[in-house]
Amino acid sequence: MNTTNVNDAPVVLAAHGLVKRFGGITATNNVTLNLRQGARHALIGPNGAGKTTLINLLTGVLEPTEGSIVLEGQDITRLAPHQRVQRGMVRTFQINQLFDSLTPMETLALTVSQQRGFGGKWWQPLGAQRAVNERCEQLLEQFHLTAVMAEPTKVLAYGKRRLLEIAIALACEPRVLLLDEPVAGVPAGEREELLQTVAALPADVSVLLIEHDMDLVFSFANRMTVLVNGTVLTEGDPDTIANDPQVKAVYLGHGEDAHV
Amino acid sequence: MLTILFDGVAYGMLLFILAVGLAVTMGLMNFINLAHGAFAMAGGYITVLLMQRLNVPFLWCLPLAFIGTALLGAVLERTLYRPLYHKAHLDQVLFSIGLVFMAVATVDYFVGSTGQIIQLPAWLKGRTELGSGAFMLGMGHYRLFIIAVCAALTVGLQYVLTRTRFGSRLRASVDDQRVAAGMGINVNIVFLSTFAFGSGLAGLGGALGAEVLGLDPSFPLKFMIYFLIVVAVGGTSSITGPLLAALLLGIADVAGKYYIPKLGAFIVYSLMILILMWRPQGLFVRKGGK
Amino acid sequence: MDASSTNVLLRSRRMRPWEPVLWLLAFAAPLALPGHALIINEIAIVALFALSLDLILGYTGIVSLGHAAFFGMGGYAAALFAKHVMPDPLVGLAVGIAAATLLGAVASFTVMRGTDLTRLMVTLGVGLIMLELANKLDWLTGGADGLQGVVMGPVLGKFEFDLFGRTAAWYSMSVLLVLFLLARRVVQSPFGATLKAIRDNRLRAMAIGIPVTAKLAQVYTLAAALAGAAGALLTQTTGFASLDLFEFHRSADVMLILVIGGVGWLYGGVVGAIGFKLLQDLISAVTPQYWTFWIGLFLVVLVLVGRERLIRPWTWFGGRKA
Repeated sequence: MNTTNVNDAPVVLAAHGLVKRFGGITATNNVTLNLRQGARHALIGPNGAGKTTLINLLTGVLEPTEGSIVLEGQDITRLAPHQRVQRGMVRTFQINQLFDSLTPMETLALTVSQQRGFGGKWWQPLGAQRAVNERCEQLLEQFHLTAVMAEPTKVLAYGKRRLLEIAIALACEPRVLLLDEPVAGVPAGEREELLQTVAALPADVSVLLIEHDMDLVFSFANRMTVLVNGTVLTEGDPDTIANDPQVKAVYLGHGEDAHV
Repeated sequence: MLTILFDGVAYGMLLFILAVGLAVTMGLMNFINLAHGAFAMAGGYITVLLMQRLNVPFLWCLPLAFIGTALLGAVLERTLYRPLYHKAHLDQVLFSIGLVFMAVATVDYFVGSTGQIIQLPAWLKGRTELGSGAFMLGMGHYRLFIIAVCAALTVGLQYVLTRTRFGSRLRASVDDQRVAAGMGINVNIVFLSTFAFGSGLAGLGGALGAEVLGLDPSFPLKFMIYFLIVVAVGGTSSITGPLLAALLLGIADVAGKYYIPKLGAFIVYSLMILILMWRPQGLFVRKGGK
Repeated sequence: MDASSTNVLLRSRRMRPWEPVLWLLAFAAPLALPGHALIINEIAIVALFALSLDLILGYTGIVSLGHAAFFGMGGYAAALFAKHVMPDPLVGLAVGIAAATLLGAVASFTVMRGTDLTRLMVTLGVGLIMLELANKLDWLTGGADGLQGVVMGPVLGKFEFDLFGRTAAWYSMSVLLVLFLLARRVVQSPFGATLKAIRDNRLRAMAIGIPVTAKLAQVYTLAAALAGAAGALLTQTTGFASLDLFEFHRSADVMLILVIGGVGWLYGGVVGAIGFKLLQDLISAVTPQYWTFWIGLFLVVLVLVGRERLIRPWTWFGGRKA
């Protein structure tokens, strides 16, 4: 965990003054966030702080009321979600969003095909591209899904579904990866391994992670942002955050155990 | 021109009463019920049969049509609709089309396919004319009656929705079913009574509208699109939305058919498509609502 | 070694042994049952129409109540072409397909946004507009009387349309086969997979970079083209085009046919068309006038019992839940 280089690396994803209002409610209040190249950046905060809303804003699922988003130097505030994915920003969902009638193999094959530009090919069958198949096998292997690769997703156990959820994101060859509570529901023994897979991503992939499990957050992250009621409370390296009295007050004040 | 407006408003209010039940049940149960028109038809035929076979006066037929159709709605909700709330929309569409087919064929079998005529009581026939020339307002008494009844019903509905406990339970259930159930609201009863009430209103609308719109077994199919337009354009999160949509539709339809008869129906359909493309959630949706 | 995963994917793509047999039997049918050639023709056309709906309903998840718009467009275009320009069937078919494709491309803008209800409405609306258009433009379409006297030339210059309908049946079946194979290619391709992804989870499809609205437009246009082909075949083989092509019941019936045969399955249209015809004959023999009632009842029961149970007779009487 090297904290020295992180703060000098270029910013790959920046949110400037993001605001999101729903009628009378301000879900996101003037949030500024800088994700640096190669970062392992954690976004933490109590439930309802607006973390998922922020991810939705960054990925284009929600339109910001104010503010802008810049990805690798390009303003993407007006881009559609799929266009942002095509530029390398990929997310996972807190609640599994999978293709229930497709098998893991089909799901990954279609994702890889789409990523490599074959999504529009209508003449060749899915599975005819050797390179695509090999990449899929690699991912299936990595996420322990090889045994169930030919079963429809809807019959898979929750743990496997969660692994598939992450595998799909990696199949998109992300340069910026936004993970929304990736280990939620994953058995304790497998959590470490899952996060290690993510941490082992190449250094040029920048990761923003929402997570509640503080042990994992502290072992994974080299930078943290604390979000409370849609506003950034503070940002810094893990040690500073851990000792910040304001942060402690937020967690203890809400009666929440920091170790979920 | 003012007469056209007047007729359009009458038509619109009638459409509103016919369609409001559909709007509420769609918002509440998220169930695409294409058979709503069949309940309207039932109300119309109940009225016709009561008047023709049992010589019941017209005014009495209206509440009877309401009650009869409401009962029908309650029975069907409990037995057929309820198991289908969580099914895919395709299934709901197929199911309700099936119901319509059955209703149409049943009526055809028992009553025949000719259009039914309703003999209005003498005091409802006739017409009053105000003003003159281009600004003459010709008000058919029956249409005046329709507007009056529908306006009263609308006010009553709005009152029930906003001022009564049932109304707030209903609105809570529409907003979030699970939370409402968690708060102790008996969602089943809310669904049942709302569906029954909505069907009853449709039946009343059918009874009121039989004279103006025509009544024959193809009624549900002919007017299905109009009800759906009111719901889709007006949104399902309030009753003012469908009211405005219905008035808009009524006036557009009457004016279109009068001024440009060649293109009458086009205007309505095209407008609808354009509006829905522009605002897929409906024109008059409460901000933050469904 | 990529044998395992490739096999997994490609295995499900291969032609099953019964498929060529089925098609051979189908093509032999007009010979074996000469009196029924016209019905076979009708079934082939309806199967094609249902196949076209399957592309948007079964594979992409768009519920459409106005698919007849494209059926009618293809039908009238082909009929008018035969009447006023030239009677060659294949060229007329191409014209019908082209007209329907154009309409589909334009109409595809209407289904891009919105909920299921909105899409239901706009598809219904487009269907009704086409019906109105055909009605109002009676100098062109013959209005309520329809377009009579559509006489076709021989197919490929050689095969005359005979009174028994054999040429018609083979013509329709050939077109069905060709378009079926095309549809099969599409559905098994990466493009087809993206459609299924959109159907299963639109949000996630967007999140993996699929341009959803573009895909919707493409598949909708393709489905319109196939529906137009079916319509063209109908007017060409019956020599007649009427407003009935655009009627709501056409859109509703084709949906029912697809549901009977199985949504999301390539053979759903074919099986459904055969099943529907059998059902129709069965019911009409008993009550010719009120067959809508029984169809309605069938639909209601079908949904209450569960669509997937229909093609699994072993689940009809208790036993393991499907």
